[in-house]
Amino acid sequence: MIAQVWRWLVDGAHWQGGTGIAQRLLEHLEYSGMSVLIAAIIALPIGAFIGHAGRAKWIIAVANAFRAIPSLGLLFVVAMWFVSRLQGDAAYLVPTIIVLVILAMPPLLAGAYSGVSEVDPAARDAAYGMGMTHRQVLTRVELPCALPLIFSGLRSAALQVIATATIAASISVGGLGRYLIDGLANSDYTEMAGGAVLVAALALVVDGVLAALQRLVVPGGLRTARSARRRRRASAVTQASPTG
Amino acid sequence: MIRFEQVVKIYAGGQTAVDDLTFEAPTGQITVLVGPSGCGKTTSLRMINRMIEPTSGHISIDDEDVQSVNAARLRRGIGYVIQNAGLFPNKRVVDNVATVPILLGAPRSQARTRAREVLELVGLPGDFADRWPSQLSGGQQQRVGVARALAADPPVMLMDEPFSAVDPVVREQLQDEFLRLQRELGKTIVFVTHDIDEALKLGDQIAVMRVGGKLAQLADPAYLLAHPIDDFVAGFVGRDRGYRALTFAQTPALPLAAEPTVPLGTTPQEARAATRDGWLLVADHGRPVGWVEPEHITAAIEPAMLHRGGTVARATGPLRAALDAALSSPSRRGVITDDDGILLGTVRAHQVLEAIEATDRPEVDEADIAPAGPTSRADR
Amino acid sequence: MLSFIHGHWSDILSRAIDHAWLAGLPLLLGLAISLPLGWLARRASWLRVILVGGSSLLYTIPSLALFVLMPIVVKTTITDPVNVIIAMTIYTVALLVRTVADALGAVSDETRQAAIAMGYTPIRRFFGVELPLAVPVISAGLRVAAVSNVAIVSVAALLGIRQLGFYLTDGYQLNYWAEVWTGIVACLVLALIFDVLIQAITRVITPWQRAVAS
Repeated sequence: MIAQVWRWLVDGAHWQGGTGIAQRLLEHLEYSGMSVLIAAIIALPIGAFIGHAGRAKWIIAVANAFRAIPSLGLLFVVAMWFVSRLQGDAAYLVPTIIVLVILAMPPLLAGAYSGVSEVDPAARDAAYGMGMTHRQVLTRVELPCALPLIFSGLRSAALQVIATATIAASISVGGLGRYLIDGLANSDYTEMAGGAVLVAALALVVDGVLAALQRLVVPGGLRTARSARRRRRASAVTQASPTG
Repeated sequence: MIRFEQVVKIYAGGQTAVDDLTFEAPTGQITVLVGPSGCGKTTSLRMINRMIEPTSGHISIDDEDVQSVNAARLRRGIGYVIQNAGLFPNKRVVDNVATVPILLGAPRSQARTRAREVLELVGLPGDFADRWPSQLSGGQQQRVGVARALAADPPVMLMDEPFSAVDPVVREQLQDEFLRLQRELGKTIVFVTHDIDEALKLGDQIAVMRVGGKLAQLADPAYLLAHPIDDFVAGFVGRDRGYRALTFAQTPALPLAAEPTVPLGTTPQEARAATRDGWLLVADHGRPVGWVEPEHITAAIEPAMLHRGGTVARATGPLRAALDAALSSPSRRGVITDDDGILLGTVRAHQVLEAIEATDRPEVDEADIAPAGPTSRADR
Repeated sequence: MLSFIHGHWSDILSRAIDHAWLAGLPLLLGLAISLPLGWLARRASWLRVILVGGSSLLYTIPSLALFVLMPIVVKTTITDPVNVIIAMTIYTVALLVRTVADALGAVSDETRQAAIAMGYTPIRRFFGVELPLAVPVISAGLRVAAVSNVAIVSVAALLGIRQLGFYLTDGYQLNYWAEVWTGIVACLVLALIFDVLIQAITRVITPWQRAVAS
């Protein structure tokens, strides 16, 4: 069985062409990357603002409640609404991207919010006391200090999106999920397992890349034991389910 | 000079934090605001740099109303030190200290050079500058906090319980260095603490506040110990007031007796010949190092044999030290030195007590005995 | 939607029970496995790195992929509910190992020292002192896992495993709004029931928490 899956994976013919692995991988990365980018552009400023101002915290609570909705249900509801309103590929792509953006937002919001709001009150007090303006406190103190939690939110969002992009194949879009859905339809378990290995590998690689990026970007002073403890405590906040 | 004029702060909930506060913090001196928790001392401090806005009244620095200046610009000209230092964990120590010069527009390299100078000033030389705050002990973080407040050389410093989060030994050390720095720099400092001993040690003048944000008494430490204005202040200043007041009384000319000494390495025979009453003071190049009992030694005197219980007082120091030197000396003779630590002679406890009785207690201010009562001195 | 629910009431209920099994049994198994692993992770930092790091790697694998890969590991067929149970147990353990380790670590050192001084053996100390005090934090982690499990299990409908997710796939294929909504609401209700249940149990077994609150 494992040998079969391995042969399927290394067969050069499976990698080429419009339905080849390379193309599917690219599609998967496109959907996921675009969705996380859009979600980050919307969610990070909102989360940081709520954390800084300490107002409108209900937005975080509402976003967290969204996580209880099964992503499969969300995907189908949005797809059904769009299918009669859009033509061609857009009828599947637009709802997919929308759902992925919606699912990426809660961990990003929570990461930015808790990252900023958990900045040591003494550091914030000192920053104002030294004559920093609100903007300076946010950009020079709060956001750099929030980076570990912003990153953990980003990683959760990326995993959530990669997972959900996989099941989005069930509404006829591309990506690696195709192998799982098509393999199931054709009763071809080898294809399904091969696709599953690819999806799992993609998730692990993306998470690894983001972890490496985090090490590069996060200031060294925030990587000590104490902040690691704080990060762990807050990780439950940003942790997304691998729902997909 | 920082001046409070009828300053009132009532919080949104209706709670009065500061009630009609009027006093002056003179230029170049340390004014300590002290009182139990809830007395409004921190609120008062934070109104100076507008971290909190007063409900009514005026606060001015050198006759300029703080309300007339943009808050951020005002704060850049005032040093601010808080209890847990509040260092930025994302910046190295040197960049923490360089923050205000950079906010004021100094080029980064120049600000860092300045930061290293100030770090040296607070006793953190060399490679401390390149560490992360999380790699420092609590006391070191507090020093960085002080350095950061000093970096732009502000004339005014606000300090909110800066030493209360560190252990007593480190606290004492930080206080001593702070006083040494202040002798050099002569800043106008407002210092908040709940610790009356810290207030007495550091303050040129002390403002004792009571719950409800009222000023109970404003006086220098010696006066406060001698004449607490009411039961609250007396209770807050605490017990042993008479003894502690000796800290602030300069030693008058004490009747010093000449004390024969022997150097280290003296043989038992020589030592026994030199003693008069069983105790002998050992000195090293004129500096007293300890007492020995010649009867009990069998070899040449070496440092390990010395009795080290006795304290040494400087002739120009406070009376409290002279009395303690006499009380703690195994020979009952207190060792007195000059400012360089060279032996001047010894004095007995009864002689110190006579000197104490001869000194003047701080004279009571007429206003403080008038029936008008508790806030009189502050209200004038 | 109401008429759909009315017409399919007994089917919904039986699928809900299947769903509850697929999401709930892994919670119990996951908790049973996480307690000793979390305790171990507190023993040595290298153990912590292996256990917490390893479980977070497993957590990274998307659920559909994990369901599909299960037959290779445990020799089942692709439609066997056991795949889902094992996969969900893995996710639960991945989430709870860290929670249990942190919760045990949060027990105050004074309490621990007092227990040692009174002569508790390590095992009795764990069950008699540390574990009870860690319950509130572990319970919070369990609630996150429960809500997440209920949502993830519905994905298994794509593989034809019987549970509430069927209404999502079936409703989508028939373009039948009422059925899809029924599926979503049923999942939410089930998640809510799990959440309330865990809170209630936590309340009963930690009476001292209530004393603090009042």
